[in-house]
Amino acid sequence: MLELQEVSVEHGSFKLRADVRIAPGNVTAFVGESGAGKSTLFGALSGFENLASGQILWSGTDIAPLPPAQRPVSILFQDNNLFPHLTVERNVALGLTTRARPGHETLDRVHEALEQVGLAGFGARKPGALSGGQRSRVSLARALVRSRPIVLLDEPFAALGPALKAEMLDLTATTLARPDTVVLMITHDPQDALRIADQTMIVSDGLVQMPRDTADLFASPPPDLQKYFGK
Amino acid sequence: MGWGLVLALTLIVIAPVIVVAWQAGVSTDIRPEDIAAIRFTVTQAILSALVSVIVALPIARALARRQFWGRNAIITLLGAPFILPVIVAVIALLTIFGQGGILARYLAEIGFNLPSIYGLSGVVLAHVFLNVPLVTRYLLQGWNDIPAEHFRLAASLGFSARDTFRLLELPMLRATLPAAALAVFLICTTSFAVALTMGGGPRATTIELAIFQAFRFDFDLARASQLALFQLLLTGVTALVAFRVLRLASFGGGSGRPLSRPDIPKSGGLVVLDATVVAVAVVFFMAPLLSIVVRGAPHLPDLPSSIWLASLNSLLVALAAALMAVLGALGVVLAAAYGATVAGTTLRILAYLPLALSPLVLGTGLFLAINPYIDPRDVALPVAATVNAAVTLPFAVGILHPVLLRTESQYANLADSVGLTGWSRFRDLYFPASRPALGFSAGLAAALSIGDLSVIALFTGADVTTLPMQVYRLMGAYRMEDAVAASLWLLLLSLFVFWVFDWWGRRDA
Repeated sequence: MLELQEVSVEHGSFKLRADVRIAPGNVTAFVGESGAGKSTLFGALSGFENLASGQILWSGTDIAPLPPAQRPVSILFQDNNLFPHLTVERNVALGLTTRARPGHETLDRVHEALEQVGLAGFGARKPGALSGGQRSRVSLARALVRSRPIVLLDEPFAALGPALKAEMLDLTATTLARPDTVVLMITHDPQDALRIADQTMIVSDGLVQMPRDTADLFASPPPDLQKYFGK
Repeated sequence: MGWGLVLALTLIVIAPVIVVAWQAGVSTDIRPEDIAAIRFTVTQAILSALVSVIVALPIARALARRQFWGRNAIITLLGAPFILPVIVAVIALLTIFGQGGILARYLAEIGFNLPSIYGLSGVVLAHVFLNVPLVTRYLLQGWNDIPAEHFRLAASLGFSARDTFRLLELPMLRATLPAAALAVFLICTTSFAVALTMGGGPRATTIELAIFQAFRFDFDLARASQLALFQLLLTGVTALVAFRVLRLASFGGGSGRPLSRPDIPKSGGLVVLDATVVAVAVVFFMAPLLSIVVRGAPHLPDLPSSIWLASLNSLLVALAAALMAVLGALGVVLAAAYGATVAGTTLRILAYLPLALSPLVLGTGLFLAINPYIDPRDVALPVAATVNAAVTLPFAVGILHPVLLRTESQYANLADSVGLTGWSRFRDLYFPASRPALGFSAGLAAALSIGDLSVIALFTGADVTTLPMQVYRLMGAYRMEDAVAASLWLLLLSLFVFWVFDWWGRRDA
């Protein structure tokens, strides 16, 4: 269980508040206007933002004091998820080790993950030689080998076309979403949420609202969501 | 307009080179002291480049990964060597490291003798002092170009400091360090004022200094031309290589944007290391300048009256050079902006050519071209202004070009749709958009010329003189207090002209 207990993050005059619980085995979407606090929330979960107060509990342990690398968290950014000068194989292997020559066991897991995302045989290439969709698959493969129970998707597929994006979301849902993990995704597109998210939370004016069933929420959206989607 | 500018630039940039080459053909014997000058030029330039890069590296790294009070002020000051007259830097260093300097006196009290600063060590010291801030800025830009997400990934994947260096910083440095070293090497191969004041003698003479001596002491024009040809080959080849690897414009800009660095600890040994590096750097670079302020200020009112006339001459040269550089750069960039015409392309090449030429090579050529017709000393100031404008032109073009390109790509359709063409397009679109860049370039040209001690030394007699020449003469006459005070005055004047132009550019921005 991921619990945000009276969490608040302060950014000058901006303040984000969250007091929510998310059960494992769920994909949760976060929607809301730019500047409402979605990225700040992800920053707090991944360790790039300090909490002003509150606790972030994972299975009952407060992870807020931990540095980013020691948290049970993997994050996929919007851009620059891969190091351009390293091969696909090394980029994925970084999820396990920073050694220049990863061991056999590591490489086996890397190749297994690449196979899972449909990139078997691409290990020796550099990111520059891949398409946008293939690069997204590489970041996904790294999240797979890291196998951390909290996965944050900060719109990593936003630059892809609709069909490719849907494909990547499905791939994410089938590979990363497991009974013991929580997958959290920021999105601007109701279709993304409807496609893979069991529940959706609205982030509005610095407040993270209670989760709602995604299908219900978009079937009868509350006023602030209607305003956001211009309906 | 395009072809007129091509003609003007050809006269200023190409003609002197042809004259030099033609004159040099007359003499074919190479003297041993010329070989020594070439060897010394290369040796000191390599040493200066290596030391500058090694010193700048930890400073840039500390500034890139820490945020602290005064960081922005330090980054602004890193641009100062652009407008710091070389002779002022030399005098400032002498007040600390010279025979009568603070360090020498302190060491003498505890029984050490500071070895003489003159010669190779002094030349390299001055070059390091002048170039480290610029290299630091260039490397800082490299760090800023690393995507913020990569540092977040580093933190999130648990990179150690070594991993971050190996996987993020080293690939960046592999691209930027050689370029930075090459730029310093190029600058130092044309070193004249530093060699004149810190070097000299058969063991520490650069080619530029040898050209000057061939002129002033022997009036051997054929030998001066031959030396100028050597200089031309050396800088020309270096510049050709540098063109391929160097991003010129980033030497002018330099971003102060602090990086968020979640991947490194906010306390502990690394912080102490970074703080020490920054503190030592600030002391090394600020102490000499503070020392001329403290030593020079009381003597400012007693400066000989010749200083004031020299100041007026320097100001005139600076204003003329600024005007020529900016108008020239605008012409080049606008001509190039109207599509890839032959004139536009030729202009761009001509505008960057001065990077491969040294002021003394240009000066020698112009001297030889003028000499048969007019006494070169009568036109010393206009020639100095012209050469200084030519030397600044590549930088001005480098600063202006991206600004105008951006303006054109953003507003060209809008301007076309409302019929903004010709003069009104310039007045209402290009000029307002490029005004800050124009002001900055003009300030750069003015400050560079007001402190220039190269062409002017070649041309001036006893009657016409400029402020840097006066400082050099006071120094040569062992009137150190006056020289320090005059340096302070020159520094103030240089900062003032830069500030006025820069302020004009940013007034309404």
